[in-house]
Formats: sequence, structure tokens, C-alpha cells
Amino acid sequence: MSIMIKTVRALAAAVVLAATAPAFAAGSGPHIERQQWSFAGPFGTFDRAQLQRGFKVYKEVCASCHGLRQVAFRNLAQEGGPSFTEEQAKVIAAEYTVVDGPNDDGDMYERPAILADKFPSPFPNEQAARASNGGAYPPDFSLLAKARAAHRGFPWFVFDAFTQYNEQGADYIYALLTGYDENVPEGVVINAGQYYNPKFLAGNAIGMAPPISDEQVEYTDGTPMTVDQYSRDVAAFMMWAAEPKLEERKAMGFRVIVFLLVFASLLYFTKKKIWRNIAH
Amino acid sequence: MAGHSNYVPQSAAAKWLESRLPVISLVRGSFVDFPTPKNLNYWWTFGGILFFMLISQIITGIVLVMHYTPSTAAAFDSVEHIMRDVNFGWLLRYMHSNGASLFFIAVYIHIFRGLYYGSYKAPREISWILGVVIFLIMMGTAFMGYVLPWGQMSFWGATVITNLFSAIPVVGEAVRTWLWGGFAVDNPTLNRFFSLHYLLPFMIFGVVLLHVWAFHTTGNNNPTGVQPKSNQDTLPFHPYYTIKDLFAIVVFMILFAYFVFYVPNYMGHPDNYIEANPLVTPAHIVPEWYFLPFYAILRAVPDKLGGVLAMFGAIAVLFILPWLDTSKVRSGVYRPLFKQFFWIFAINALALGYLGAMPAEGIYVILSRICTVYYFAHFLVILPLLGFLEKPLPIPASISDAVLASGAGKPAAAVAAPQSK
Amino acid sequence: MAHTHSAEPTRRDFLYLATGAMGVVGAGAVAWPFIDQMNPDASALALASIEVDVSAVEVGQSITVKWRGKPVFIRHRTEKEIEEAKAVPISALPDKLARNSNLPDTAEATDTNRAAEGKEPWLVMVGICTHLGCVPIGDAGDFGGWFCPCHGSHYDTAGRIRVGPAPENLLVPPYAFVDDAKITIG
Repeated sequence: MSIMIKTVRALAAAVVLAATAPAFAAGSGPHIERQQWSFAGPFGTFDRAQLQRGFKVYKEVCASCHGLRQVAFRNLAQEGGPSFTEEQAKVIAAEYTVVDGPNDDGDMYERPAILADKFPSPFPNEQAARASNGGAYPPDFSLLAKARAAHRGFPWFVFDAFTQYNEQGADYIYALLTGYDENVPEGVVINAGQYYNPKFLAGNAIGMAPPISDEQVEYTDGTPMTVDQYSRDVAAFMMWAAEPKLEERKAMGFRVIVFLLVFASLLYFTKKKIWRNIAH
Repeated sequence: MAGHSNYVPQSAAAKWLESRLPVISLVRGSFVDFPTPKNLNYWWTFGGILFFMLISQIITGIVLVMHYTPSTAAAFDSVEHIMRDVNFGWLLRYMHSNGASLFFIAVYIHIFRGLYYGSYKAPREISWILGVVIFLIMMGTAFMGYVLPWGQMSFWGATVITNLFSAIPVVGEAVRTWLWGGFAVDNPTLNRFFSLHYLLPFMIFGVVLLHVWAFHTTGNNNPTGVQPKSNQDTLPFHPYYTIKDLFAIVVFMILFAYFVFYVPNYMGHPDNYIEANPLVTPAHIVPEWYFLPFYAILRAVPDKLGGVLAMFGAIAVLFILPWLDTSKVRSGVYRPLFKQFFWIFAINALALGYLGAMPAEGIYVILSRICTVYYFAHFLVILPLLGFLEKPLPIPASISDAVLASGAGKPAAAVAAPQSK
Repeated sequence: MAHTHSAEPTRRDFLYLATGAMGVVGAGAVAWPFIDQMNPDASALALASIEVDVSAVEVGQSITVKWRGKPVFIRHRTEKEIEEAKAVPISALPDKLARNSNLPDTAEATDTNRAAEGKEPWLVMVGICTHLGCVPIGDAGDFGGWFCPCHGSHYDTAGRIRVGPAPENLLVPPYAFVDDAKITIG
């Protein structure tokens, strides 16, 4: 019998090892460095100035190809966001043109956007976007920071639950924007109209030319005007665009969990009181 | 169900009601006076936790429906509308999506508790089978719910799973087209899934009542597996188990809140934040984590029909489990060998879950096959044989004996005086 | 949970009370999001204002525009209509308040208080009968104003209730003339 037990134990150990071992070796996809973000962690909040800078980068550089269709201009002035004043947000909105209608003649017409409008997309549909971009489709920015994540193998994905690692998307956007490399390694084929970027999740060749260069966007608050800084700022802005209720969520979470901890301890003592005379 | 109450209506109104609809004595008999073994450990609180999760899912679901639009053109945007504009919409939606995962965590613990303590054995076979029925409906509900946000994973998950039915010989293609209501997953599919996703939880609720009715007829199982012999062995459900379950539920809520507020997308997939596109399949599609072990079994078989049969067989085998386990001893506590195989089975199930998330290539395929074979071997070979090979430990004469023997450190006088009414 | 016979609550009572109170507070806090989610959401609140071009509305004509999902009547009144409205003493009105969102709640229902400020011919009102929410018909009724076909409420040329079950004058929404040709409502 004891031989049988030993065999069983060895078998169990083998199964565990066999199932987990390849994971340590698996290095599929690019490695994305983890960055420091003000909005990470249980008490994270967005850096207002960073979101405003990031929005500026988006507006002046990215917006010509990438939409932001889930975000409304009013969101720019709402709590937990870039905190533009309502007046500033109105001015920003008025710089965009949206299609409205039909008017009394039954025609659609263009007018300046108001706070209630959402960001108009640069292309009317995916086909038009592809046609203008050599076949590549510039994705909408609204949810991109939640829709992209590099593969985290075992055991990292387990730790991520405890370390509250939620910023894979922002990390990836930063890595991608700073990941362009003019020196294409031997053996990597980059077709015409494509660019070498080892951080790109869908292969090494990306259809987007390096979108931004140093000094391209004017910062007035003394923040360095570098690709590195631009990338951080726009990634932070995109995280906000994807999760505008992040601050509210984390703040409420703290209160809820404190409440539950107190309530649970009270219940524990009540339970002990009720069960005090019972052997169980 | 009502037989356990010695409730006598006092007021005239209560007497009037009792003689027409004995609902008070029914509830009292089932959830107040119901004699419950006094040695239930915290693994037994998962029944209460599951009931709480079911109610939570139904309530958050009902309010989400107030803002959701079931149409391929509007579904994705309406979910974002909930996340961005609806008052507390983000909270309700994250509660519902994470709630599904927490529901499955609890149900798996509940199932494994039943496996360990032999809760499926006579006379509780019906309760166990109803539990498997609930599990099946839960899987259907969760699958259809995942389709509703109409993201890439929704669409391709729906496509892959509905295509399973095309493996059925002769009528497979027709069944698949019937499920779709078209020639691909499209608006009719989304609408019918929405309808059924709303319906099924209420069916779960109904089967849960039957499930409870069944084990209230036989009495609860307990860690010793020994049937209660006298009043010494049991306690009224209220206040002893109401407070214990409540405490466990609140502790479980802390875990729930942690996911909802701090890592709400941890158990989801990034690709589901991309709107469904029938022309582009994501590079690596995986089902939600709670389906992964079954998904691994599906892929382990290198034949379309075979894979589908194996996957459904993995659940079907649970239905006949009460007759596969030949041991006369109910609880795993007194079965030294079974205990070891139980843990191997648990690890094997986790390994299957992990393999289900890995690409179907190389070593993963081979490991999936080994684990799949072991999964079935556990039920079809090991459990039937163990009953004959194993020499169980001595079983206590009663629950009270077991409690005393375990030396809970309670004064002996206290043991003799259970509750007073 | 109830107190024992002694006047002083025991420690056990306190524990039960505290736990129970905590549970009640928690249940209340959980209930609020489920209630508040049915209130107008951020996108609905943002659609609060519209702009209307009224340059084409001649004397004696009306237009109806949609604001917050409701019809708004904009009428360019004739001299005769204004005179008729002015001739009615306040005491003869069932509802003596102006019901004008641009004025204090206590303003009297004079024709001046009902019409646009400084533009007496213009009357802007939410076209919802104050009885049970039907849309009244224009140029109708016993007073030459509006008539609600559902339950027979008659409004005069200043949109004031004169006869019928409606309790209040037609509501004047918040609005302003941006210039002679444009009105912002909301």
C-alpha cells in the first residue's frame, strides 16, 4: 500500500511540474517593461497636468488618424479626468466639426461641436480609414488602453492579481511609441509602408510610421518635450479615456473594503458569541 | 420541508394564514428550525455564498438590462454608455462581470467540497444530480452573457462554441444554423442569447429550490459523513448557521469587492474591449477562465466529434458519480487513499485549466491529453477500484463522538448544553 | 437584539446592536446605486440645451421643436392675441402664477410674465398639458389658444389654463433670445 501512495505522490509532483515548467520558458510576444504611473495602485489618481498634456499630444498628433468616439467633450471637464474648466472644454469642442441634422429641409449639416457631442472620428468608417492609411486600420483610442496587453505567463499572472497590475495597456502604448528602431535586425523582413517596431504585439512590422518626434508638441509648463515624455503623457491620457471612472472606483473601493472588514469582524464576534456553548 | 417546524401560530392573523397557506411554517421548517449537523465547517458556507451570488447576479443583471441594447449595431456602445454615463453604471457592470467569475469560484469550491466529503452518495444522489444540472445551466448562462457586450471575444467565443454543435452527425449543420438564426453569429444570435441569458438565472433559482429541498429531505451531509443520531448532533439552522453563513458571505464579499474595485478586468480578456469584427479573428482566443478545463479536454481529442463528446462527457460523468464510487464510507476524512487521489484530481483539474489557456501546440497538447485521460480515469477507474482496495479508518459512532474526539478544547459541560429555544 | 430586563445593556446586546446597525447601514448603501442608476444619466443631462432659429416664424405662426424629448411651442403672436391675454384679470385665472422658469416662482401670471422678456409677441412654452401630459392642439379651444383633446383643458393665448381639469398654466422653459432670430432653450 505504501508503495502505491509513494507512486501517487510522485505522479502528482510530476504532473504539477510538467504543467508549469513550459510556462517559465514560454516567452511568446514582446517583453513590455512595467512603468511607474500615478494612477496605479489602490490609491492611484490621474495626474491632471499629465492628462492635459496627453490630450494635447493626442489632438495635435494622433487625432488625424485615431478616433476617440466613446469620449464626449463634456468628459474633459468632469471630475477624475483632465479637469479642464467647462469654458476650456467648450472652446476645445468648438474646434471640432460634427454632422447634425436633418434640418427642416431634410439635409444633414455641419456645425461646431458642443459639450454634449462625442469626439468625431477622423474617418467615416473602417474602409475609408484603411484606404487612407495604406491598408492599415488606425484603431480608435477610446478603449485601447484596456484592449491591449502583452501576454503574462505563469506565474506572473497570479502575482498580478495581488499587486493590482492593471496598467498593461498604458505600459504597452508607451513601449510601442518608444520602441521604433531604424536598425532592422538581420533576417527580419519589413515591407514597403511598414516600420520595424519590436514592441508591436502583432509582429515586428507596424503600418504606423514613427508618429512623433522630439519638440513636436509645445509644452508650456517646462515638461521635457521628448518622445519619451510625449509617450508617457498620451498613454496616461488613453488610460483615462478607457477608464474615466478609475479614481471614483478606487476611492469607493477603499471605503467599501474598510466597511466590509469592520462588518466581518463584528459578525465574527457575534458568531462566536452565539456558538459559545456549542462544541463543534 | 416543513416537517421540522414545531411552529404554532399565535396571533389570529397568523392562524388565519397558516390554515390557508402554511408559508410561515414552511420557511421556519426549512431555514429557522431545520436541524442541521452541528459540525459543519466553513466549506459548507459556500451554499449560502452561492445563493448570495445568484441573487447579486440577478439584481445587477436586471438593472443592467435597463441600459443595455441587444443589437449588433448598438450593444458594444451601450455597454460603454453604461460604463461612462449611467449613474454607478461602471460599478453595476463590474459587479456583474466579476460576479460571474466569483460565482464560479464559489461553485467549484462547493463541488469539490461535495467530492471530498462524499455528499453525492446515497441518499443524496438527487441533490447532487440537481447540483450538476445547476452547474450546466450556469455554464450556459455565463456563456451567453459573455456574448452580450459584443466584443471580439464575445463574437469569436460564440462562434467557436456554437460550431461545436456542427460536430453532431447528420443534423449538426442544421442545428448550428438553427442556433444562429442565420449563417453566422449575428444579430438574431445576439438577440436570442440575450433572451435566454435573462431567462436561465430564474431557472437556476428554481432548480436551487429543488436542490435544497432534496438535501433537506435527506438531511445535510457533514464532515464525518455520519448521519445525525439524536438532537445532540444537530442545531437549529437559525441562529447558528444563519450567522455563520452571513459571516462567510461578508468575507467572500471582501474578495468580490477587491476584484470589482481594484482589478476589475483581471479575469476578463483585453480583446473584449475591441468591438466584434466578423472578418478578423484574434490571434489567440480563449474562453472565460471557468471554462478552461473543459476547453482543454475539447482540444485534447484530435477529432471534432470526439472532442465535443469528451467535453460533454466530462460533465456527464458527474451525473453517474454516485454509482461510480463503490466505497461504503462517505466522508473522505476516513479514506486515506481517496484523500490523496482527491488532491491529485484537484491539481489535475487546475492543470487542465492552465492548459486550456495555452496555445494548442507542442507539449501543451500532450499534457492536455494526459490530464484528460486522468480526469476520466479518476471517475471511471480509480473511484470504482478504491472502494475495494482501500482500508478506511474507523468511523465515529456519531457526530458528537467525532466532535469530542477531535478535542475542540471546549469545556465538557458546554457540550451537554446545546441551544435553548 | 432586544434589551434584557436590566436597565443597562450588556456587552452581548451591544455587540448584536452594533452588528445589526452595521448591516442596516450596509444594505442602505448598497441600495443607493441600484436606485440612482435609473436617474437621468450623464449623457441625458448634457443634452439640456438646444438652439432654435425663429427668423422664419411670421406673425400668427407657431413652430414646435423638441427639447429634452418634449415638444416646445414657439408662437409669434398677433396683436389681437396679446390684447386678449392682457385683458384677463389675474383673479379670473385658475392658476395665478406665471410658471415661468426664467422668473421667480412667485411671479404672477400676467401676460408680460408669460411672454418673452422685452419681446411680448413671442411665447415659448413646453407643449405638455399640465393635467396628464398630452400635447394640446394650437389655435383651438374656447379662448383661441390651445386645447387639450385628452380631457378638455382650454388654454388662452398666453398659454394659461382657463377651463378644464389641468391645474397649472403651460410651463415656460428656461430660454433666452441670443439675437432677434435665435433662441436657446435650456
